[in-house]
Amino acid sequence: MEILLAILIGSLYTAGVYMLLRRSILKFIIGIIFISNATNLLVFMSSGLVKGNPPFTAPDGTPLEQTADPLNQALVLTAIVIGLGVVAYTLALKYKFFELTKTDDLDELKQTEEV
Amino acid sequence: MINVLVLILLLSLSLLFFKGTLKKQMANVIAVFQAGLFAYIAYLYLNNGNIQESFDWISALNLSFVFNLDGISFIFSMLITGIGALVFIYARYYMKKYERTTPFYIYLTLFSGAMLGIVFSGNLIQLFVFWELTSVLSFLLITFFHEKERARKAAFQGLFITLMGGLAMLGGIILIGSVVDSYNIHDWTQNADAIKNSELYTAGLILILVGIFTKSAQFPFHFWLPGAMEAPTPVSSFLHSATMVKAGFFLLLRLHPSLGGTPEWFYILSTAGAITMFIGVYFAILRTEIKSVLAYTTINALGVLTLLMGIDTFLSVKAAILFLIIHAFYKATLFMVAGVIDKSTGTKLFANLGGLRKEMPLVFIFTLLATLSMAGLPPMLGFLGKELIYEAKINIPEASNFILIIGVASNILLVAVSVLFTYKIFIKKPAHKVEIKSKPNINGLIGPGILVILSLIFGLFPQLLGGNIINDALSNVFENYTPVKLKLWHGFNTVFFLSLFTVIAGFIVALLIIKFEKITFYWNKFNERILLFRFTDVFVKAIDSFVSISRKKDKIVQHGYHRYYLLSIFLLTSVLLWSQFFETRSWIFNIDNDKNSFYILIVIVITILASILAMFSNKRLATIAILGVSGYGIALIYLYYSAVDLAITQILVETVVVVLFVIVLQKLPRFAKLSNWKIKVRDLAIALIFGTVMGLLALKATEVNFDSSLYDFYSENSYLQGFGKNVVNVILVDFRGLDTFGEVIVLAIAALGVSVLLSKPKKKKV
Amino acid sequence: MNLNILQYAEKPIRWLLIIISIVALLRGHNYPGGGFIGGLLAGLAIVFQSLAYDVETVRKKMKLSPQSFIGIGLAIAAISLLPSIIGGAELMQAYWVKLQITESYVLKLGTPLIFDIGIFFSVIGIVLMFIFNLSK
Repeated sequence: MEILLAILIGSLYTAGVYMLLRRSILKFIIGIIFISNATNLLVFMSSGLVKGNPPFTAPDGTPLEQTADPLNQALVLTAIVIGLGVVAYTLALKYKFFELTKTDDLDELKQTEEV
Repeated sequence: MINVLVLILLLSLSLLFFKGTLKKQMANVIAVFQAGLFAYIAYLYLNNGNIQESFDWISALNLSFVFNLDGISFIFSMLITGIGALVFIYARYYMKKYERTTPFYIYLTLFSGAMLGIVFSGNLIQLFVFWELTSVLSFLLITFFHEKERARKAAFQGLFITLMGGLAMLGGIILIGSVVDSYNIHDWTQNADAIKNSELYTAGLILILVGIFTKSAQFPFHFWLPGAMEAPTPVSSFLHSATMVKAGFFLLLRLHPSLGGTPEWFYILSTAGAITMFIGVYFAILRTEIKSVLAYTTINALGVLTLLMGIDTFLSVKAAILFLIIHAFYKATLFMVAGVIDKSTGTKLFANLGGLRKEMPLVFIFTLLATLSMAGLPPMLGFLGKELIYEAKINIPEASNFILIIGVASNILLVAVSVLFTYKIFIKKPAHKVEIKSKPNINGLIGPGILVILSLIFGLFPQLLGGNIINDALSNVFENYTPVKLKLWHGFNTVFFLSLFTVIAGFIVALLIIKFEKITFYWNKFNERILLFRFTDVFVKAIDSFVSISRKKDKIVQHGYHRYYLLSIFLLTSVLLWSQFFETRSWIFNIDNDKNSFYILIVIVITILASILAMFSNKRLATIAILGVSGYGIALIYLYYSAVDLAITQILVETVVVVLFVIVLQKLPRFAKLSNWKIKVRDLAIALIFGTVMGLLALKATEVNFDSSLYDFYSENSYLQGFGKNVVNVILVDFRGLDTFGEVIVLAIAALGVSVLLSKPKKKKV
Repeated sequence: MNLNILQYAEKPIRWLLIIISIVALLRGHNYPGGGFIGGLLAGLAIVFQSLAYDVETVRKKMKLSPQSFIGIGLAIAAISLLPSIIGGAELMQAYWVKLQITESYVLKLGTPLIFDIGIFFSVIGIVLMFIFNLSK
């Protein structure tokens, strides 16, 4: 199963990088989402995959053996929410950029003069 | 000692709030403060002798703040606070007419603190910090007249050279520090033999000396000092003659026990010192402006100090310390006098001056005495210094006539410079009548007056200085020092006749120049012939070509195309990762055949397909839908692998993202089709290279055995300490709560950013 | 986008989502849930409402602006730090109060819960701010 997941991560990165290299800003933003998803999965996977044993304690509070690693999950959870912030902010940037330049072309960003 | 520094810092900050009369009298207030420090430090030292204070700083690096007050730092701190007090009194007179004096006084006060910091430091890293601080403050002070381009350029030049030197010095400190494994000067002294025998000694010594030479304007770094004369005169007399440029000499004294006494030390220091000494006075004699002459004679004096340190005998170091004091006295006096003359007549050029002895008798007397001291004539303190210097030079162990000859020659020129200085300002008949615009007030005369009287007193009663103060300092420099006595009269020996010869020859040179003005003309011509280049020009050229090279480089590297930046980043990362994989290629992944439910297989495959589809979809809505599919797919994967909270969060965030996209899409155009197929293939290839290596990395990551102590800690304490059964949540809100707080703040900032970006600017009313 | 069916169904669904979000928030310490999840859910409830009507209407209907949500949330989170500062413990050291509700059930209230509530409000505000501003 790890191999399949690794292929998934690889293909997410491929898609992400490919879209980051487009000139269209919208694709660029989608690329960011793909890359952040891929990275989250990578971090998540690096602590080992555990099936059906979430990081909870027993009902009486004693720790359970062999649960999934809670630390990676906490990290990834934070990353997911931050990812939302990044996407929203880039979308806003893009929106403003389009409003000012009426174009979707990233190469137009080369100009630094005020439009 | 730390309290002194803190007091200075507090005072300089409180200067900001001075208003009204207090603001007018700011300089006097600081002067009183400096005098108080002078008394305090003197009291401390004379009562307690050597004092050491230390505080923890970075204990992991074995660094601590060490402040010590010993013979050497006592002399320097007396000069800094004493001359500091006089300079501030003088500044009250000099700076009267200018705006923006508050920052000026703040910088000057801070400078005195930084300078004291240097001389008190017992730790070289700490010393380095103060050292650089003085460079920066010197820059700020030189740019007081920042509307003048020359001042800006000179300030930059000084800053650049001293900072580069400072960096070299830091390198040297670290090199030698690595031998001893400490930056404490005391530890260096203890392990002097180990340092001198180590391979790093020469490299470290040279680097440290580069720092010292830049600061103390030694050849070939001397050229920034004349430029620094663009600063207001109080700055010139305080920083660029009495204190800052002496910091290099201070460090030589400090490091002498640990680094000195080797052939390298002797040859480097005496060569650089001798050259600096000679060219300083050689250029001084032809200068046409008061401050410029003083700047070059300062270079000469700094050269003398370095030379004497290089000669490295009891006598020479004693002569050096005495000369340090002498020079600070007469040069500060002369600078203040130069400022008074500038303020009174409005000119600094010798050509426009002359015959001032009648209009300004007091200033004339001060100058006369100070130049006597500079020329080394009795009964001034300077005479004593010169005698000692000659004696030291005669008694060099490695008897080198070269040093003596060059020393006598430069002293002859120095006598001539001194004579000419007084003559041109006060005695010669001016070409046009010199107009006195304003008479100097008492503030302008106290400083030079006190200094001149002091150097007269010390000249007549040398034991006052030599008795304890200088001997104390010397015992800090040499381990087994035996006192040498100071006398005004040494009897008719070689030294006396050399002195006599020097003075007579100097007067003859001066007379020749006065009588035959053509000499200066031909001399200048001759100089232009023999001097192939000027150091300042070389410096400016070097900086210019550096900038133009950077500009050319920028055009290539900073092309402005966003995607090519990314492209190079991804390519480089892939290359690095691939090479790492190649290095560790023997690694074999063992496939465990655990049973997997059918449904997670499907989910993963669908997500893979979604990501491939996303690359080639041209419809915007379709792309968003695919994005959603892959996001939800990932959420399901999280869920399957025991991450419930993650799965829920991922689903919710994905939903919000899709909604955001849908909202924005309504207002945006279709995907622009901007690339041709060749570019697409190229990008796809790069993406594949990167994606594959990341996939491999993911596989490899599962093999890594993490340290499980964190896992154990969180699992065990989640309920015990956090009273929560959901370990992830307990980590987020309790164990690592501050991180979460930070994260929410980041998100809030992003939200504010969005809001600000998209708010419509209110129309301005016309 | 005025869809009558959505408008009809919007109200109960919205309240259901909000109640779920509060439940998720409160039980987050022991079961899946927590401030982030709760906040996102509650934010989505209002996003749902704005899909049914349009964003401007919803924005006007709201009694609290998104900014004040964020402000309140951050303030609550900051307040939860106070006990540890006043108590002289390490920053973010949790303090708990145990209430014996029935013989077998002890209700534990602590600063982490307050902190989570702060996150809850901030996240609502942040989501709303994104949506409202981007749909201008």
